[in-house]
Amino acid sequence: MKIMVCIKQVPAKDSTLRLTEDSTWIREQDLSYEINEPDAYALEEALRLKEKHGGEVVVCSVGPDRVQQVIREALAKGADRAIHLVADGGSRLDSYPAARLMAEAVRREGFDLICTGLQSDDLGFAQTGVVLAELLGLPHATIIMEVQAEDGRLKVKRELEGGWFQWVQMPLPALLTIQSGINKLRYATLKGIKQAKSKEIRRVIATELGLKAEELAGRQKLHRVYVPVKTKQTEFIDGSPKEAAAKLVEKLQRDARVL
Amino acid sequence: MSDAILAVMEQQEGKLNRMSWEALAAAQRIGDELSKPVEALVLGEGVRAIADEVAASKLACVRLLEDPLLKEYTPDAYCLALREIIAAEKPYLVLLPHTYQVRDFAPKLASGIERSFLSDCIGYRVEDGSLVFTRQLFQGKMNADISFTGDPPYFVSVQAGSFRADQVATGGQPAAVESFSSKIESGKVRTQPLEKFQEAKRTVDLTQAEIIVAAGRGIKEQENLALIQKLADALGAEVGGSRPICDNGWLPMERQIGSSGQTVAPKLYLALGISGAIQHLVGMKGARTIVAVNKDQNAPIFEVADYGIVGNLFDVVPALIEEINKAKGQ
Ligand SMILES: Cc1cc2nc3c(=O)[nH]c(=O)nc-3n(C[C@H](O)[C@H](O)[C@H](O)COP(=O)(O)OP(=O)(O)OC[C@H]3O[C@@H](n4cnc5c(N)ncnc54)[C@H](O)[C@@H]3O)c2cc1C
Ligand SMILES: Nc1ncnc2c1ncn2[C@@H]1O[C@H](COP(=O)(O)O)[C@@H](O)[C@H]1O
Repeated sequence: MKIMVCIKQVPAKDSTLRLTEDSTWIREQDLSYEINEPDAYALEEALRLKEKHGGEVVVCSVGPDRVQQVIREALAKGADRAIHLVADGGSRLDSYPAARLMAEAVRREGFDLICTGLQSDDLGFAQTGVVLAELLGLPHATIIMEVQAEDGRLKVKRELEGGWFQWVQMPLPALLTIQSGINKLRYATLKGIKQAKSKEIRRVIATELGLKAEELAGRQKLHRVYVPVKTKQTEFIDGSPKEAAAKLVEKLQRDARVL
Repeated sequence: MSDAILAVMEQQEGKLNRMSWEALAAAQRIGDELSKPVEALVLGEGVRAIADEVAASKLACVRLLEDPLLKEYTPDAYCLALREIIAAEKPYLVLLPHTYQVRDFAPKLASGIERSFLSDCIGYRVEDGSLVFTRQLFQGKMNADISFTGDPPYFVSVQAGSFRADQVATGGQPAAVESFSSKIESGKVRTQPLEKFQEAKRTVDLTQAEIIVAAGRGIKEQENLALIQKLADALGAEVGGSRPICDNGWLPMERQIGSSGQTVAPKLYLALGISGAIQHLVGMKGARTIVAVNKDQNAPIFEVADYGIVGNLFDVVPALIEEINKAKGQ
């Protein structure tokens, strides 16, 4: 199976986010980055499918040069090669630009399966994979918790709301958006890290794909980014842990009457 | 050209998803403000009764789209059917509830007709006659105000709980139900849905628990769950967890709280080291009293907490256990 995995680099979970002066984005220079969580699971699933059925795993990431960090990590874990689609912050609005770039870059590769994460932790569109499937004319299924591939067909387990699941069948080639928790992630080995250094990272810019800037424009306009205003009056309890704990217990007994 | 605000009502097996009413409430408010007609759309097979139920709302009409291929949801059939009706009726805005099903087909529907889809919005305002929507970034830590460029139809989904289902206005008399027959070719439906099932064994019913102590990724390691259990024992509470805790196998799936797990409404909910992503909040914000302990004062969990302690849970929880035991000893 020839599999592509879309991996996105996102600010690390514990990052403190600060706004830029013009409130149109966060200050990126302060941040450290990591692979988007469900994308790590998508990669793991692809590596397992390759181990079972043979083939190749190619990772693809859209973003500035810093995304090579997550690309290297994926190569160290066992991906065979990578495509880095160079793009600046313009792709942060709207899922379309990243999907379009990836579609043009891989159209002729003939992947049997494309795996993306179900959602990015930073923008949270939950769209890029499905849009990519549409641009490539592929069938898709989202929020996947198990993948079985056999005889050119897929049987996948879709997560539904409230603890329900559903099996869905589809032909290959296809696109799946993978949910966190589908498998157990592996760590990169020392050997893997060494081998990664000699693996191919194809760096591609939009014009090489024959794409003009207008074709990559989103259809949305960002007005402002801001810290949400709290609407609920939370009573913050301070003091040392001991003092805070004592005050809380008292409040739960007296005011909330739940103890 | 109808120029309408069209609310897509989601039904599965003949039952309306509650969130559909929230999308309809949003559509009515926006319709009022922009002076545009509001319509609702029901699609499926044998779902006339649902269209009639929806028709009690204040609406210009209910559009009913029935086809045997819409009996079981597939993204292909839904998109083919919706694309037809959108091409025929040319709505201004298509509003959807941000359900798992909508996440599955709406990006395909919108991009297939070269339109953009603003997903998971939590609010809107009208500015100089045009709509500006608000959606969350960074798992609720930031908000962004965004508008559409280019031509309608515009596609928007609304987050659970952002609009109130009980604010749907009813009409003086039932709205007309307009049937629309689609021409979906079965050969174009590529995915085949099979059986639905539940996996988690039910050995505990968290929905009945009076007190729940829930742990999130702030707990760091599986061994540390013993501390949470100790607090639960002191309180006579059940233990629950956020998704990553259950994904790791540290707690069984049946103890997962949130959109893909349990929805609970205990008298007291303690969220320890849980950031408060929307998928977690929808499962617990109905609790009567919510306490959150988190080292990040900006964590979105504090948006729903009645009481908050900003601090390290490994310092706060032992102190809490001690104080509870003291109080109970009295
Ligand atoms: C389709 C879908 C369905 C989902 N379903 C669910 C669901 O049903 N339930 C669910 O929970 N999630 C669900 N999620 C995942 C959800 O989006 C979040 O990723 C998840 O809830 C985060 O879990 P968390 O708060 O434990 O972890 P994190 O977001 O990593 O938060 C950890 C928190 O702990 C705090 N912390 C760290 N160390 C300490 C310390 N020592 N003391 C105090 N605080 C500390 C941090 O400040 C942070 O706020 C779903 C996601 C999707 C996309
Ligand atoms: N810039 C990007 N580069 C590579 N993959 C991406 C990018 N943006 C989104 N994706 C993929 O699409 C998924 C959904 O992202 P989103 O639509 O932003 O929620 C992610 O989990 C990634 O797998």
